[in-house]
Amino acid sequence: MPILSLITYAPLLGVAGILALRLFGKADDPRTVQASKWIALVTTLATLALSVLLVVQFNPHEAGFQFVEEAPWFAGLNYRMGVDGISVLFVLLTAFLMPLCIAASWKTIEKRVLEYMIAFLILETLVIGVFCALDLILFYIFFEFGLVPMFLIIGIWGGERRVYAAFKFFLYTLLGSVLMLAAILFMIGTAHTSSIPELMVYHFDPKVQTWLWLAFFASFAVKMPMWPVHTWLPDAHVEAPTAGSVILAGILLKLGGYGFMRFSLPMFPQASHQFTPLIFSLSVIAVVYTSLVAFRQVDIKKLIAYSSVAHMGFVTMGIFSGTATGEQGALFQMLSHGVISGALFLCVGVVYDRMHTREIAFYGGLVNRMPWYAAVFMLFTMGNVGLPGTSGFVGEILTMTGTYGVSTWTAIIAATGVILSAVYALTLYRRVIFGTITNSKLMGIDDLDWREVAIFAPLIAATLVLGVQPGAVFNLTQASVDHLVSAYQAAIGG
Amino acid sequence: MDPKLLVTIILYGPLIGAIVAGLFGRRIGNVLSMSVTTGFLMLSAVLSWIVFAKWTWGGLEPFTLTYAPFIQVGNFVSNWSFRLDGLSAVMLVVVTTVSSLVHLYSWGYMAEDDSKPRFFAYLSLFTFAMLSLISAADFMQLFFGWEGVGLASYLLIGFWHHKPTANAAAIKAFVVNRVGDFGFALGIMTVFWSLGSIQFAQIFPLVAAHANDAWLFAGQSFRLMDLACALLFVGAMGKSAQFFLHTWLPDAMEGPTPVSALIHAATMVTAGVYMVCLLSPMFEYAPVAKHIVTVVGAVTALFAATVGMMQNDIKRVIAYSTCSQLGYMFMAAGVGAYQAGMFHLFTHAFFKALLFLGAGSVITAMVHEQDMRRYGGLMKYLPITCGVMVIGTIAITGLGIPFAELGFAGFYSKDSIIHAAWEAGSAGHDPIGYFAWVTGIFVAGLTAYYSWRLAFFTFNGHARWTSEDLEHHWHNRDHDHSHDDHASDAQAETHSEPDHGAVVHEPRETPWTMRLPLLVLALGAIGSGYLFVEKFVGAEQREFWKGAIFTAANNHVLAEGATPLLVTLAPLIVSIGGLVIAAYVYLLREGLGARLAANKGPVYLFFYNKWFFDELYDATFVRAAKWLGDLFWKGGDQRIIDGLGPDGVSAVSYEIGKGAGRLQTGFLYHYAFVMLLGVAAILSYALWAWNA
Repeated sequence: MPILSLITYAPLLGVAGILALRLFGKADDPRTVQASKWIALVTTLATLALSVLLVVQFNPHEAGFQFVEEAPWFAGLNYRMGVDGISVLFVLLTAFLMPLCIAASWKTIEKRVLEYMIAFLILETLVIGVFCALDLILFYIFFEFGLVPMFLIIGIWGGERRVYAAFKFFLYTLLGSVLMLAAILFMIGTAHTSSIPELMVYHFDPKVQTWLWLAFFASFAVKMPMWPVHTWLPDAHVEAPTAGSVILAGILLKLGGYGFMRFSLPMFPQASHQFTPLIFSLSVIAVVYTSLVAFRQVDIKKLIAYSSVAHMGFVTMGIFSGTATGEQGALFQMLSHGVISGALFLCVGVVYDRMHTREIAFYGGLVNRMPWYAAVFMLFTMGNVGLPGTSGFVGEILTMTGTYGVSTWTAIIAATGVILSAVYALTLYRRVIFGTITNSKLMGIDDLDWREVAIFAPLIAATLVLGVQPGAVFNLTQASVDHLVSAYQAAIGG
Repeated sequence: MDPKLLVTIILYGPLIGAIVAGLFGRRIGNVLSMSVTTGFLMLSAVLSWIVFAKWTWGGLEPFTLTYAPFIQVGNFVSNWSFRLDGLSAVMLVVVTTVSSLVHLYSWGYMAEDDSKPRFFAYLSLFTFAMLSLISAADFMQLFFGWEGVGLASYLLIGFWHHKPTANAAAIKAFVVNRVGDFGFALGIMTVFWSLGSIQFAQIFPLVAAHANDAWLFAGQSFRLMDLACALLFVGAMGKSAQFFLHTWLPDAMEGPTPVSALIHAATMVTAGVYMVCLLSPMFEYAPVAKHIVTVVGAVTALFAATVGMMQNDIKRVIAYSTCSQLGYMFMAAGVGAYQAGMFHLFTHAFFKALLFLGAGSVITAMVHEQDMRRYGGLMKYLPITCGVMVIGTIAITGLGIPFAELGFAGFYSKDSIIHAAWEAGSAGHDPIGYFAWVTGIFVAGLTAYYSWRLAFFTFNGHARWTSEDLEHHWHNRDHDHSHDDHASDAQAETHSEPDHGAVVHEPRETPWTMRLPLLVLALGAIGSGYLFVEKFVGAEQREFWKGAIFTAANNHVLAEGATPLLVTLAPLIVSIGGLVIAAYVYLLREGLGARLAANKGPVYLFFYNKWFFDELYDATFVRAAKWLGDLFWKGGDQRIIDGLGPDGVSAVSYEIGKGAGRLQTGFLYHYAFVMLLGVAAILSYALWAWNA
């Protein structure tokens, strides 16, 4: 059974269903709209079920690619899919977050609902495709086309400045992509193959590696995003609808980190080694700089967006530490951040849906009206701060530990981020949740309803379970990461 | 019963209680939530004493129980486990005893509060985190407990979340502790990379061989063990509120008083001392780090005592007293007398919890007035509270009969610290030892002064309150007292329960739930020194600790040597001196203290304003963070990065867009379409080029 293709294209079945609805019903008929939501939810849940099946069947002891599908495609290209310990979890993460996004949009999206659901389903196909693709061209197609639905989600269903934000997002990402495409074409021309597993063992000339590394870096750094090409993210988040933010922070930001681990490190090890100081510098700047910027924000979403950039700094640092501890930490941090930041954006969505503002000063004293919300928000705030017992801690401590062995300075500066994250996250929490209600508009605000509780419940479980039993992840990733690290260390003569 | 089962129940019982009260508290009601949490804690306390008895008299051997893996990546291996040894056995009884008594006390103290389940859930959660801290077998579980108690502390300081001051204090506590954890984490990483493990049992045997290794850190070469221990000690400084990182502890008094007794006096703040003692196999090979520990401890003891002398808020006096006593414990550890440090930790838990809970009774009786300037003459109204507070005061000031070796708890433990410092100076030829000894003796005098001042100021003299004051407070319980004009220092605690109508006209003793814990703790304050002195620091110490504390071959600070008579008597003499001065100022010449304060001399202002640490930190770190944040945001992100990059480009495209037609939603589709076309075109070209 070609399970990977099945997972990848399953959401398209939902798209077909919704299109059929559109053909046979009226787009603005409430029943059609309702049906489209159900179709989207069922489709994403089915995809999740398939992904769980995939993870269960995955053999954690094997370092290489599994469930490989290979078929001639067109123009001499091959269609290749497969997952290893590094990518399989991202498939699961995507499939896990998507139903939550659909559920979170249930009541809040009022215009063009059918198109919205279609956009999300297509996005899911494309993102899962990115993680499964084992062919450079196929990867590039998924990677690049994934921009389009996101661009539309921000630009159509976004807030007031959505057009500005969508273009900023587009311009930044496009710049990186063009360079990456050039590099991909060059690689295929040189190595005479577009197969990713073959390219991973192909030795590019170190001088060539430098240029290829830089071209990929341009694309991945924007996606991460790394300082100083991060400024598209706060705007995109602020304008995106809640579910858009969840996917953006939860999954799209991971494409950069995944790219570094899949391409930069194994294919250009010498160049990666050579550029490690650059990455370390940009990472710690991101941690300190964006944490301080986050501290000064007046918009809840912008604050969380900046904190995402800071957390991604730990990821890039861990990846380029080239140690198993660092890589595992970086992978774990990406997964954990996907859950926690997704949950935090949902937390913002809860109050935004009720009050239609994200201004911190508008709120205050919510605990008096929304005790359960306060508890949920506290949990994810603590996850964001990296409190041991939540998943946020594991990634941070491992990336820092991994990096310490390579550069103590980098680890020291990154560790200050642990202080700063407490400053901005707890200040935000205090200003929104604690105190007494002084804004009369908040007097009637309601606590979480059952739908919201159902959305948060799996995220809470993931945060705590991964925080206490991170081995669930490490078991899956260990073989592949060890393989990656030993190949990298051998290549750089370490 | 199997001790392994016992410790498991001790550890996880409070967690169950916390979960039940926290999640289902509203459904099952106040009484059931309180009963469940308190019940589990009582059980834990009883079982802890059984384990402790088996340890002390029953020949129980150390063991480590592993429940499940925690983080395991390569050599970075940690487990969820329970390590029972001399140190954790002592901490077990300290933590569960004080915690169960504080649970019980809170039935009375929090009687009017409308969030009881939440309060009791937090208390039990704290206890669980503290127990996992003391029972850790590796650095990760230790860190888990370490930050877990920090979380509970944060939640409990800010428990009355309608008070802005409480919220600010909670954040301050968390952030300052994070500064300590910054060092702690770097210390753990140093240990991991140098010794290849984070398991205590694997690290300790390697220390001797690698202590002198050179280790590069931040571009400098250090002696490995000195570096590692100094970094780890930064964590201890944060948690135990030592000089430079102490500023959060006095503010933490914003929390309910039972919290202050449990977390900010008896248990959590002693975690730093515990950690240094636990890591004695490392510190014994780190002479420089030990000197740092000694000096920081001594300076803290002195600093906090000078500030404590001048405060008027009853809880803040005790908070500074705690800070100062923690300094003593670090002094002991620093000179190598870890046993004495643990002994003082043990006795201090009893008498300091007693003093705090006693203060809580006074505060309750005075309807949440905390300013001692509005107390006076309370002995008549609160005889039991007064009695136990005097016991606590005798215990902390270390009064006793030197040659008969008879006294209350603090007499034994504090004397053993001062004696060890003397030994380190005289026999060990360590000038830092002499420094600790002199400071220790001097601070003993200050301790006596501020402790007796508190007792006299509160219980003796004329009443500086009227029944109208009490009524006024009673009616104002619903309002935020921070705006109260005469409560500028004492941020009175408020509750938001509807008025029962019962107006208080004079202070009354508290209910039995609050009195019973006081009496139990009073027994501890009296007897814990006498009963355990031989075990902790005396002839039976080797059998008692069973290897949990490592003492290097050249470390003889706890040896029973011949000491000059004056050295033996000095602590007692200065203590009596402090008592006499306090009695003169607050009993014989009542009102003298207020007149001296009114002069506002420079020394008074310096001490009263806590050496201006808050102002200093505010002017430097807080303002710098805000300024840099604004600079990076508005200057860096908006002006430079966006101005040069995307905004410049999008301004151009916006202009073009305006020319082409109005920007509207449908317009986006065109862009998306063009994007697709572009990608398709490039790909086609690529394929063509490749095939050709």
